[in-house]
Amino acid sequence: MEALVTLLDKNGLIFAFLFVGLIIYLSHIISQKVFKNKIPGAAIAISLGLLIAYFGDKKGVASFPAFTGIAFLGGSMMRDFSIVATAMGASYAEIKKTGLVGLLCLVIGTLIAFFVGGSVGYAMGYTDAESFATIGAGACTFIVGPVTGAAVGASSDVIAISIAVGVIKSIAVTISTPFLAKKLGINNPHTAMIFGGLVGSTSGVSAGLAATDVKLVPYGALTATFHTAMGCLLCPSILYFIVKAFI
Amino acid sequence: MKIYGVAILAICFLIGQYLGELLGARLGLSGNLGGVGISMLILILLNDYFKKKELLKPETEKGILFWSTMYIPVVVAMSASQNVKAALSGGWVAVLAALLATTCCFLLIPVLAKLGQKNKQ
Repeated sequence: MEALVTLLDKNGLIFAFLFVGLIIYLSHIISQKVFKNKIPGAAIAISLGLLIAYFGDKKGVASFPAFTGIAFLGGSMMRDFSIVATAMGASYAEIKKTGLVGLLCLVIGTLIAFFVGGSVGYAMGYTDAESFATIGAGACTFIVGPVTGAAVGASSDVIAISIAVGVIKSIAVTISTPFLAKKLGINNPHTAMIFGGLVGSTSGVSAGLAATDVKLVPYGALTATFHTAMGCLLCPSILYFIVKAFI
Repeated sequence: MKIYGVAILAICFLIGQYLGELLGARLGLSGNLGGVGISMLILILLNDYFKKKELLKPETEKGILFWSTMYIPVVVAMSASQNVKAALSGGWVAVLAALLATTCCFLLIPVLAKLGQKNKQ
């Protein structure tokens, strides 16, 4: 047993690939068999990750010696690198077609999520500017939350809350989109782009649109990708300073 | 070769990180400000330019696309290494913040969609 722990500890990153691969495999089975694809595998996998982290300590499951590689794979370097790569799915020329409204959606979506999310946190006892900004950023997407939290120096538990906010948002968007699409008029590329820009959660938006009309997925995902960039740009800078000026 | 794609991604990443650090230092913060967002914008513009000039080989693109598909696994690893125990002591804050923020965004979709249509006409 001790030899196994040493082996896994020594090859931490490789073990992390296996570990995460297994979680995602399991999640897709759960998604298909239990939820009939209504909740995307990605959302379940992230929730499972949070659940597993619960059994650990300050660093989640990475608090155990054999699992230290998980913290490296999920650390800021790998995280930021892979997020940047998702921008390949977006094209500047495409978004220009939605014009000013597209940009307006990105800004308004970020502002609304940030201040609504942050205010809820404030009302429930997270009253310092760092926590307000981090929880508010988490209400944009589960990426913007930890990126902002790391930039403004929020504590790990607040960062975990911000991820939880983002994940719950992603699940809520996924489930509600097919039901609300008709009422909200999400049936053409134009509205799909506005939807993606306003709501922002890339996984939730693309899964929700896939359940509504597969043809709309790239449009929603396109603006949603910009939403994450916009959030990463605004939340730890201007929005944080605005919050800091008032708290 | 795939490594060319990974290298392009790396240079976008590093420039964005550098500008983010610079911005952070300029504003008197220890952290990196918007570095990820800047990197993404650089990659989007670069990708756009490459596509126009037809410079990006599919094999090169695969190097970048591999890392974009690693995004969910990395996020799973990230959530597995968070201080969830402490977060749960916060109780309903995550659920409430998420649902309220989502509802507000949803309510604005029809408003902005109309605004967009008006603009076109």
